[in-house]
Amino acid sequence: MEPRGVRILLRVWVAGVLLFLFFPLAVIILYAFNRSNVQSWPISHYSLQWFSLAYHDSDVRSAFALSVKAATIATIIALLLGSAAAFAVHRFRFFGRNAISFLLVLPLALPGIITGIALNSFFAFAHVNLSLWTIVIGHATFCIVIVFNNVVARLRRSPTSLSEAAMDLGAHGWTSFRTVTFPTIRTSLVAGALLAFALSFDEVIVTVFTAGARNTLPLWILGTLRLGQDLPEVNVVVFGVILITTIPVALAARLTGGAGITRAATDTDEA
Amino acid sequence: MAARRDRGARISGALWRRPWTRASLLLTPPLAWFLVFYLAALAVLLITAFWQINPFTTNIERVWNLGNFRTLATNAGYRSIIARTVGMAAAVTVTDAIVAFPFAYYMARIASPRARTWMVVGVLLPLWASYIARVYAWVLIFTHDGILNWTLGKVGLGPLSLVYTNTAVFVVFCYVWLPFMILPTYAALERIPASYMEAAGDLGARSLRTTRDVILPLALPGIIAGSIFTFSLTLGDFITPILIGGGGSSLMGKVMEESVGIANNLPLAAALAFVPITIMAVYLLVAKRLGAFEAL
Repeated sequence: MEPRGVRILLRVWVAGVLLFLFFPLAVIILYAFNRSNVQSWPISHYSLQWFSLAYHDSDVRSAFALSVKAATIATIIALLLGSAAAFAVHRFRFFGRNAISFLLVLPLALPGIITGIALNSFFAFAHVNLSLWTIVIGHATFCIVIVFNNVVARLRRSPTSLSEAAMDLGAHGWTSFRTVTFPTIRTSLVAGALLAFALSFDEVIVTVFTAGARNTLPLWILGTLRLGQDLPEVNVVVFGVILITTIPVALAARLTGGAGITRAATDTDEA
Repeated sequence: MAARRDRGARISGALWRRPWTRASLLLTPPLAWFLVFYLAALAVLLITAFWQINPFTTNIERVWNLGNFRTLATNAGYRSIIARTVGMAAAVTVTDAIVAFPFAYYMARIASPRARTWMVVGVLLPLWASYIARVYAWVLIFTHDGILNWTLGKVGLGPLSLVYTNTAVFVVFCYVWLPFMILPTYAALERIPASYMEAAGDLGARSLRTTRDVILPLALPGIIAGSIFTFSLTLGDFITPILIGGGGSSLMGKVMEESVGIANNLPLAAALAFVPITIMAVYLLVAKRLGAFEAL
């Protein structure tokens, strides 16, 4: 048991850290409603005018559409390949199994820019033109890892004896998968998909190298900030992106009881 | 219908009897994806580092040479950029570890289960909220007429011009990577059995001594696991230096991004990529030795 003084100090520290974590998010939200086009504090008048401007901006709309398309396709690929890898690594003991687990962690342990430049030189080498599909390839690679982590964690917690019992009772492999295994991993698949979507939607470090002349929404934000123009519109779009990335994560947290959303930070033990 | 079901049963029965077939059917697609789009891409990256561009056409010339590495080793500008980046990554990692530890300690050992759930959400939500948005928020805070200077003015302190300085870059890095340090530290602390602390207390250790001699060594693998992320992410980031850093003092990630995006010099960027890859390879080996992979 800690002495009283230490506890009070710790409590102050915790409050300070939480304030530090949330303060910038609050600032972004407030500035989205700033009527002035000058970004200064305090904000004197609030308005919704920039929302309508951003909503009707065709550049923002096409960037948004591209982001949604890329995130959807990357999520579907990640669901198929990530869960297949999770089943294989969980169910079978084979030579090189640990190497595969390590390979799947690499895209998260190495800086994202390495993946980005590697893919860029790979596409240049193979004479592949940058397109929606090269964006998808970059995103799907780490989305696979997210789905893999989620499904493998769930499989590890659920006993294989259940599906074996189903087979003893006469269900063949597919039936036991459909009636026993799939229901146990269903929420981890949904959580993995939500997280993969959020991660892809927000990705910028790899996308810079795989998008060519196209803009995803984060690339539009980066480009506009670099030029230093249309800042009120950026505030609104950035506010929207925060909503779009946090809502799926909140849903995923509910589905997995908080276990699956640590962005590989705590959930990859053994993997 | 019955025939189809029979065939389904035959196929799944055959697969069940041949686990190797099943394993390879499951494993081939994801493995092929990673071999082609990750390992092959990394291999091309490493090869590209030994090529060069034609200075007039900026086309890549596939002539083997060490010119890019010689440039990096001899050019004082590149050397100082590499040193500055590694120093920044180290400073951010140490700061985040110091900020994260008391927070993670409270979360794991003092907070009620309910409060703990809320704290986990409190760390995770900012982690997932758009990365570029969180960096940009600090431009609004640090800018000359921003909240920071307004607050400083209210308490009678002069305005600071933090935006576009290395200090600003440091603060923003500490901010964006902090959750990556808190979560594994928390996971490591949570795994320590309460009986260890009681035993230390029974043996006469005060709480400070218990923290130093019992808790800290057991939490170390978690802290190192977190440091893998804070270090690696700082080494490769270019968004923060672009949005909030100054023009004069660049970091490795930004130089790599500009080599590709502006100078069109992919081979030089590839050579520069060797630096973080080598650093992280050494880092991961040391971390594995120290048991951080179990805490990852």
